[in-house]
Amino acid sequence: MSFLQVRNLAKSFGGVQAVADVSFDLGKGELLALIGPNGAGKSTCFNLLYGNLRPDSGSVKLDGLELIGLKPRRIWRHGVGRTFQITATYGSMSVVENVQMALISDAGQSIRAYGRASNLHRDKALSLLDLVGMADQADRATNVLAYGDLKRLELAIALAHDPKLMLMDEPTAGMAPRERLALMALTANIVADRGVAVLFTEHDMDVVFEHAHRALVLNRGKLLAEGSVDEVRANAAVQEVYLGGGTTFGEGGA
Amino acid sequence: MTMLELANINTYYGSAHILHDVSLEIGSGEVVALLGRNGAGKSTTMKSIIGLVRPASGSVRFSGREIGGMPPYEICRNGIGYVPEERRIFSDLTVFENLEVGRRPARSDAPSWTVERLCELFPNLAERRANRGGQLSGGEQQMLTIARTLMGNPKMILLDEPSEGIAPVIVEQMARTIQELKREGLTVLLSEQNLHFAKLVSDRAFIIESGTMRYSGTMAELSDQPDIREKYLAM
Amino acid sequence: MGFIVAQLLTGMANASALFLVASGLSIIFGVTRVVNFAHGSFYMLGAFVAYSAMQVLPGFIGFWASILLAGLAVGLIGLIVEVCVLKPIYKSPELYQLVATFGVILVIQDLALLVWGPEDLIGKRAPGFEGVVMILGERVPAYDLVLIAFAVIVLCALWYLFNRTRAGVLVRAATQDREMVSALGVNQSILFTAVFFLGSFLAGIGGAAQLPKGGADLLMDFNILAAVFVVVVIGGMGSIIGAFVAAMLISILQVFGVHLLPQSTLVLMFVVMAVVLVFRPWGLFGREEQAGEHGGAGPPQEPLRELSGRGRLVVAAVIGALALVPVFGGQFGTVLFADVIIFCLFAASLHYILGIGGLVSFGHAAFYGGGAYTAALLVQYAGTPMELALLLAPLGAGFAAMIIGWFCVRLSGVYFAMLTLAFAQVLWSIVFQWTDLTGGDDGILGVWPSQWASDPVVYYYLVLVLGTGGVLLLRAMAHTPFGYALRGARDSALRSEAIGMNVQFIQWMSFVFAGAMAGLAGGLFVFAKGSVFPTELEIAKSFDALIMVFLGGVQSLSGPIAGASVFTLLQDLLSRFEYWRLCLGLLIIAIVILFPGGIAGAGNWMRSRFSRAEVSS
Repeated sequence: MSFLQVRNLAKSFGGVQAVADVSFDLGKGELLALIGPNGAGKSTCFNLLYGNLRPDSGSVKLDGLELIGLKPRRIWRHGVGRTFQITATYGSMSVVENVQMALISDAGQSIRAYGRASNLHRDKALSLLDLVGMADQADRATNVLAYGDLKRLELAIALAHDPKLMLMDEPTAGMAPRERLALMALTANIVADRGVAVLFTEHDMDVVFEHAHRALVLNRGKLLAEGSVDEVRANAAVQEVYLGGGTTFGEGGA
Repeated sequence: MTMLELANINTYYGSAHILHDVSLEIGSGEVVALLGRNGAGKSTTMKSIIGLVRPASGSVRFSGREIGGMPPYEICRNGIGYVPEERRIFSDLTVFENLEVGRRPARSDAPSWTVERLCELFPNLAERRANRGGQLSGGEQQMLTIARTLMGNPKMILLDEPSEGIAPVIVEQMARTIQELKREGLTVLLSEQNLHFAKLVSDRAFIIESGTMRYSGTMAELSDQPDIREKYLAM
Repeated sequence: MGFIVAQLLTGMANASALFLVASGLSIIFGVTRVVNFAHGSFYMLGAFVAYSAMQVLPGFIGFWASILLAGLAVGLIGLIVEVCVLKPIYKSPELYQLVATFGVILVIQDLALLVWGPEDLIGKRAPGFEGVVMILGERVPAYDLVLIAFAVIVLCALWYLFNRTRAGVLVRAATQDREMVSALGVNQSILFTAVFFLGSFLAGIGGAAQLPKGGADLLMDFNILAAVFVVVVIGGMGSIIGAFVAAMLISILQVFGVHLLPQSTLVLMFVVMAVVLVFRPWGLFGREEQAGEHGGAGPPQEPLRELSGRGRLVVAAVIGALALVPVFGGQFGTVLFADVIIFCLFAASLHYILGIGGLVSFGHAAFYGGGAYTAALLVQYAGTPMELALLLAPLGAGFAAMIIGWFCVRLSGVYFAMLTLAFAQVLWSIVFQWTDLTGGDDGILGVWPSQWASDPVVYYYLVLVLGTGGVLLLRAMAHTPFGYALRGARDSALRSEAIGMNVQFIQWMSFVFAGAMAGLAGGLFVFAKGSVFPTELEIAKSFDALIMVFLGGVQSLSGPIAGASVFTLLQDLLSRFEYWRLCLGLLIIAIVILFPGGIAGAGNWMRSRFSRAEVSS
């Protein structure tokens, strides 16, 4: 049995079928890309997996455990990390404190009303920042970070509780092309080292084709194609609804 | 003839100095790309032109008139249309109501648009006229935001990252739309990170980095200078 | 059957004014993002202006002309407020705008007193509708039916305006994204002013139309405010039909409530609200507020740093100076500075939830007054000694905060603000109306400290120890994981949930903690004065705390201390004038316009200027 097992996931909003009968599997150490046109249901799918929305039907099993019906914070406790399309960090804290907060929460100390938060788990937080190449910025204020650094900080936060699965919503959105590839390369290394399963959405096809092991293509809420990136790329239906003539990315246009 | 000219503008957000002596000029009927990484100052340049942020110094001239320091609505009435990066359609309003918000009187020196003409340019919008903006797909919203701006009959439009976050197939459609607008005689300034897309539509390019203009030249010249692309665009 | 119909009609008639005021508030908020707390004042002015106009204009036409005139006059006043007070501060954080509108309330209160005097005025009957109509054998005042028709006509007119005219489409668009509307060529400034005129006009005719039924008095402004907020919360902010339905629902339930259980009326309103909120947190017709859309307390703050050696020295010096007050300040200074310390604690407790937590409470007096009444009632009925009463005061207030907070933390932004205000108003009403227990308006007297602390100087030192202790505890809490978790929830609730934190629980517990600290301040206050009155619970008291925090600046931990000190001393100075509200109101408006960062903000600004000058030189 695969590590993450999604079966017949469905959700509609006011009669519009946002996600219809989506099933897929994800194994440990695998990088799976979820792609598709805008409004295809990618975000809805993510929100269903992470417990922000409740599906009309379907099942999501992580290592045999049903996640449907759990709140996001419970899902996180079962070893699922998350990064956001638009970074969600604590702007009024320093960089290292952002990571410390995740560690404090993991240790069940978030309502501890004594002692200084900035003294807790600082070493582990620093080593996580080191992992993503942010150790030199640990004590800077988060609200002055460059966007690419915020994305890396998010990765460090998501890794704080040694997740078994990571959900990354457009991890490279808003970054420069080379930064994008570098961030995904970093992610791919961590995945390989730690055996984490990663599901990510992405609009940058260069990133997808370079780093994803497999890809799912969603269109109008339904699974249009699934397979290795080369298979997906060569799929005529995918080209029609999503990839187009390939003039706007990668070697196609260069 | 010069349509828009920025001369040494400096823009701040609070105490942060974002744009440093930025200058550029765009001729009538040109399509010009403003390239640069995220955070390089592209959006701030756009907002400085339309007046959503006010440059602290420098001049912004449009059709021979100084527009720097005017509020956005006056700049719009002078003939500049602004299409923001985040699209910012009115999600509770219907498609046609969205267009109504953008409607301005026709002007003699710019292509004139009506709801009917825009429906020809964007057939999807006609089909979805009574739908609320929030019910449209991402691609349709992108079309609506351009149509809404065209309702103001601008002489020039600012397109802030039109290809960001939309599917490649819609990006191709967007390129065709921009080419169509150029044929109509519209002047276009678009900000981009996607060089492939910029190449499809623009005549010239500026590169901005850290709030400073680094490069200016034709699209063809830029293609011959991989070192410049490497240095400022990281690609 | 006839009885039920008659009651139904009475309720609907009562709803009329409520709907007009609430829809005006909603429309103004939608476009300008300002919760106009002065809206109750506009309603009051409508009643007063119409009263005066009806004295001059005779007959049927005169009556309706007076209502229209009142609407236009109040609309004009609203327009003046928008242009003079709000326009200069639209770029400031929303909360400063709220404080400014509170300044407007104070100014209007004193101006109304100046013009119309302190007496309650009884409105003329409406010519042609003086009598009663028999419906199913019950007598229904004819004017009630007129009011119902009036509300329906206004509802239809507003619907037409917003859905069928270009101006209405522009207003709806601006409600969603006013900046974009301006980039599309619409003069935002005129739109804002027009909307403010319309909203004020609606409040004005609301006040005027209810004149034959309710008259005009100086308490109308705050009296309608809580009900208006409840209506807006139930109906959904920005929804006119929502305001209509909610106003009807509340008013009808209230009329029946009076018959079934007279004491239940206020509570009933809140039960309805609680039920609605549990099932539909954004109101019956509301749209979900996007995270961070509004209600924020300003730009992101700097990370908290441990107090430097010099900072510790300053704190020690201030406490040392306070300890010397009885020596040099005499009796007057001792009493005054005991007040200052108590208000510092009150303001610091509000700042904890507001500045650190980003939850803007407009009803913090509920806990301050709650603590004061807990102590006073214990002394009065159980003969509790001061020491125990001072311990139980924060517990009592914390208990109130636990109940109120449970509802409030489900909301955010302006909804949270309005709900806290509404709950505080309930507590005030209970204390005010339950004369047997609380003495009502006469308050509870003779609550004095224990023998050993009966000397004002000794009590001053007790206040100093507990007050500064409380402030330091609040400050220390901000640095604990619990305080960090609260700050994290403010910065990004999304992130907090995504790293396994129970955001609502953390906010709830913080709300309880802040409430308990306010309760301690209230307890100290009651023994300092020897008495307590319902004024300690009223809206104005909550606003005092808000103004202290904003005067001081939200961004820094020392802000509320500076703000409370300045405010208390200022109020002491101003209260010697007859029209001190007017002075205070104008002063608040001036400060908000001139120093949008507050006192501490201005200090930080100067510091950063100087330090930058050092770096660059």
